[in-house]
Amino acid sequence: MTTANTPANAHNLPDPMEEIDEGAISIASPRQLMWWKFRKHRIAVISVIVLIGMYLLALFAGFVSPYDPNTFNASYKYVPPMAITFLDGEGNFTGRPGVNGLIQERDPETLRITYQTDYTQWYPIHFFVEGEPYKLFGFFNTNVHLFGLGEEANGMPFFWLGSDRLGRDMFSRITYGSQVSLSIGLVSVFLSLALGIVLGGISGYYGGWVDNVIQRVIEFIRSIPSLPLWMALSAALPPELSQEARYFGITIILSVIGWTSLGRQVRGRFLALRTEDFVLSARLSGASDWRIIVRHMVPSFTSHIIASLTLSIPGIILAETSLSFLGLGLRQPAISWGVLLQEAQNIRTVALSPWLLLPGLAVVLAVLAFNFLGDGLRDAADPFSR
Amino acid sequence: MFQFIVRRILIALVTIFAISIMSFVIIQLPPGDFLTSYVASLASQGDSVSEQVVQAMRENYGLDQPIYVQYLKWIGGVVQGDFGRSLEWGVPVADLIWDRLAMSLMVGLSSVLFVWSLAIPIGVYSATNQYSLIDYISTFLGFLGLAIPNFMLALVLMWIAFSAFGQDVGGLFSPEFQDAPWSFEKFINLLSHLWIPMIVVGTAGTAGLIRTMRANMLDEINQPYVETARAKGLSERRNIWKYPVRVALNPFISTVGYALPSLIGGEIIVAVVLNLPTIGPILLRGLLSQDMFLAGAIVLLLSVLTVLGTLLSDILLALLDPRIRME
Amino acid sequence: MSNNNVLLEVKDLKVSFYLTEATVQAVDGVSFTIEAGKTLGIVGESGCGKSVTARAILGMVRKPGKITNGEILYHRAGQAIDIAKLDPEGPEIRSIRWGEIAMIFQEPMTSLSPVHTIGNQMIEAVQLHKSVSKSAAEAVSVDLMRRVGLPYPERLLTAYRHELSGGMRQRVMIAMALTCSPRLLIADEPTTALDVTTQAQILDLMRDLQDEYNMAIMFITHNLGVIAEMADDVIVMYLGKEVEVADVDTVFYGASHPYTQALLRSIPRHDVDVERLETISGSVPDPTAIPAGCAFHPRCRHYVKGACGTPPLVQVSAQHQVRCTRVYEINEHLAAAQTE
Repeated sequence: MTTANTPANAHNLPDPMEEIDEGAISIASPRQLMWWKFRKHRIAVISVIVLIGMYLLALFAGFVSPYDPNTFNASYKYVPPMAITFLDGEGNFTGRPGVNGLIQERDPETLRITYQTDYTQWYPIHFFVEGEPYKLFGFFNTNVHLFGLGEEANGMPFFWLGSDRLGRDMFSRITYGSQVSLSIGLVSVFLSLALGIVLGGISGYYGGWVDNVIQRVIEFIRSIPSLPLWMALSAALPPELSQEARYFGITIILSVIGWTSLGRQVRGRFLALRTEDFVLSARLSGASDWRIIVRHMVPSFTSHIIASLTLSIPGIILAETSLSFLGLGLRQPAISWGVLLQEAQNIRTVALSPWLLLPGLAVVLAVLAFNFLGDGLRDAADPFSR
Repeated sequence: MFQFIVRRILIALVTIFAISIMSFVIIQLPPGDFLTSYVASLASQGDSVSEQVVQAMRENYGLDQPIYVQYLKWIGGVVQGDFGRSLEWGVPVADLIWDRLAMSLMVGLSSVLFVWSLAIPIGVYSATNQYSLIDYISTFLGFLGLAIPNFMLALVLMWIAFSAFGQDVGGLFSPEFQDAPWSFEKFINLLSHLWIPMIVVGTAGTAGLIRTMRANMLDEINQPYVETARAKGLSERRNIWKYPVRVALNPFISTVGYALPSLIGGEIIVAVVLNLPTIGPILLRGLLSQDMFLAGAIVLLLSVLTVLGTLLSDILLALLDPRIRME
Repeated sequence: MSNNNVLLEVKDLKVSFYLTEATVQAVDGVSFTIEAGKTLGIVGESGCGKSVTARAILGMVRKPGKITNGEILYHRAGQAIDIAKLDPEGPEIRSIRWGEIAMIFQEPMTSLSPVHTIGNQMIEAVQLHKSVSKSAAEAVSVDLMRRVGLPYPERLLTAYRHELSGGMRQRVMIAMALTCSPRLLIADEPTTALDVTTQAQILDLMRDLQDEYNMAIMFITHNLGVIAEMADDVIVMYLGKEVEVADVDTVFYGASHPYTQALLRSIPRHDVDVERLETISGSVPDPTAIPAGCAFHPRCRHYVKGACGTPPLVQVSAQHQVRCTRVYEINEHLAAAQTE
């Protein structure tokens, strides 16, 4: 509201004319209105920040994670998450973060090795430490990591989110896993979008029998329960496929089923817009079909499409996670949140090492953020509604 | 009305036909035909089959014939209740699936009841008390419910039950009832196990339903006909439940038919985690071991169930909503 | 104006809407009375507060709106009930609604439930206020539907709203409004959504029924033509305030407020010859930013900087009030213009 600050109770002002300031009649573009509306959706704004953070983590996975996700350490299996403390071995405040040492114990009954915190030991966390080599963005060879333990730790690894059954760092694995889990949603949604816009657009713009055929196809795909179909199609991917090929296979399978709802929306919008006056006048002034679609119709519903795109990403992330969890999606040694959760299939293991469920927390966080963001976008897409 | 139903039934039949083709394609998808994998699996167990036997089986199953003949043979069997043989289990597929499908229906049905009885009142309350504390809480829980993968929820619930009570809460029966014949005690035992899958399967649905119900209600609640009813002197409570709720429920009536099959779909993963004797675990095993007749049959059955559910919903909606009946 | 015929007295009514960005004063100190059997017309552009006033009378101001000031005195059997003080969901107001004050709305399409039969909704209206059997209520409904000129009323009982035409729907609404023989009928733009012929029929019907039932009508519209046809007294509203109050003849032949005059110039009339119809310059300001001083001054052709201030309601004659500081000057100016 541009005019909200104009006092309505200024009845006693001598000159009423003073009250009509220029700002009251200023014009806001739709984009501006959307931004104002979106900004008011506090949770959506927080979600954007969370998502940017998560994608940055994924992008800089090699740098942020202290270890290679596949580095294993046979003497540190199932280490619980380490608490970060500012107190050193003598209990003095040090002013810098660090972790306490570990004492290994073997349970006399189960013979399982457990770890106790050794509060007498304290190792400071170093930043920008040299560690295992990796390729940043897949190009630059480097070995500098954001954080890690120094020489004084005597080889004790820093597992601040714990380690798995092979002694691999959960934090590094979750970070690397986010590369797959977060990108598969985007890639798949864009594939769906391409399919949805092309087919939905054709359907809605031309109508007639083309529309009929495409609508029947959409109805058919939607009449099949998606999860069993996803499972069946993923299971049909040849097992000898490379990691990358499998990734794209799964992405394509998810989009082939996912495009239908987008396609429907695009079609609905096209149908509604087709009869709008501005489309008619464009047509009367001799604009080509393509020009009408691209210059006149698409811009008028992009905001809605962006909102529904955002809202369909969570479904894809959940689907990938579920498929991989079942062993039908991505497979070891590929790393995704779903693959990591496979480690948590056995309830007894979970009971002893609940931190194995942490990748699930990452899933929940990402899905929540996308949902809130999508909600905010959807509200903002209608800047004139209340 | 009659015309409407006939048209719907025709569409459903065509869809089912298309689904049968798709299921058959799924069966055919893995490289090689199933006999090669059968022979391979026998060989891996140390058995060998003579070339003649393989040839005989090949003819018997019609594998040497064109693909459409194979389809016709398969679908002909399916219509008579013969879904082919499960390679892994060595028994007819039909023997494996019906019991488990019944269990799946049981879990699905209880989840539907759970979802509806929880979501509708909460949705109505949220809409009529917009921006109240309960509205905020239910909205947040709704988002959370949508964000937590089913199997995660199952794992967490099991983990809590396991560490709190030291009890494995998986399965639908206690061990002593596992193979026992049906009895009243077994039924009670079933009910005592049913609630965890019911909650787990229903959570995402509840969350979604609350949000839709709330949105539908908000669309209806300021409609002039509600205003008219209020102006007539109807009490707020009666007004809400007679008019806007009734209208807002219509979209749900259109989902009642396929709510069940879709919950069965969602139940698949939960069943794997919770180790339920339902359709989910054998579908997964079938797919992992490329036991394609089994997997194809399950996909076919679930899809047909969905189509029938949709058909049922459409007819129900037409009966309940005079606007659609006119069409 | 005070006599025994007074049915409803509204005194200094204020309704505010508390939005997140601002507080909107939708009705800002409106007063009027309605006498039994008479018709009060309220005119104004959309957003001037006329519908909110009507809803306030039934205790139906929607959230986030609230009556913040004033009285709505409903006179019945020698005593006055202040509707503004009643619990909006309590039994007292619910028995007044429809039983004594009925209301019909602009959209006959959506005023009826899409999924309940006409009969169901009419019988409900009867049974809410009279303890009669269902068949008796049905008989009342059929009778009334016949009375408002609906064909085959028995058949209509089982019909749904989408099976009726716009005019039929509004007839059904009117029949429903009559179920309890109300003393006051509030009609909120009842003919706006109808085509012109149907509009005329509905207005005729309402006048006939008014005589027959001796009921008062509060007629809300933006259409001055309808006002000329229906009203005895007229209130012209602009941004929550009355700007001119008079009987219908005064409004049409001696309007003194620049806004009323501008409204009159914008409609075609057969008794005044004009070259072309005029429009009112500018548009209704955003209700969150009502101009200070005279709310109409940005659009007023008689506005003189510094001379207008915040005008009070000026009593021009016994039955005529105008909210304009310069009303006498403007009248002289007009008179001079006419003699030229």
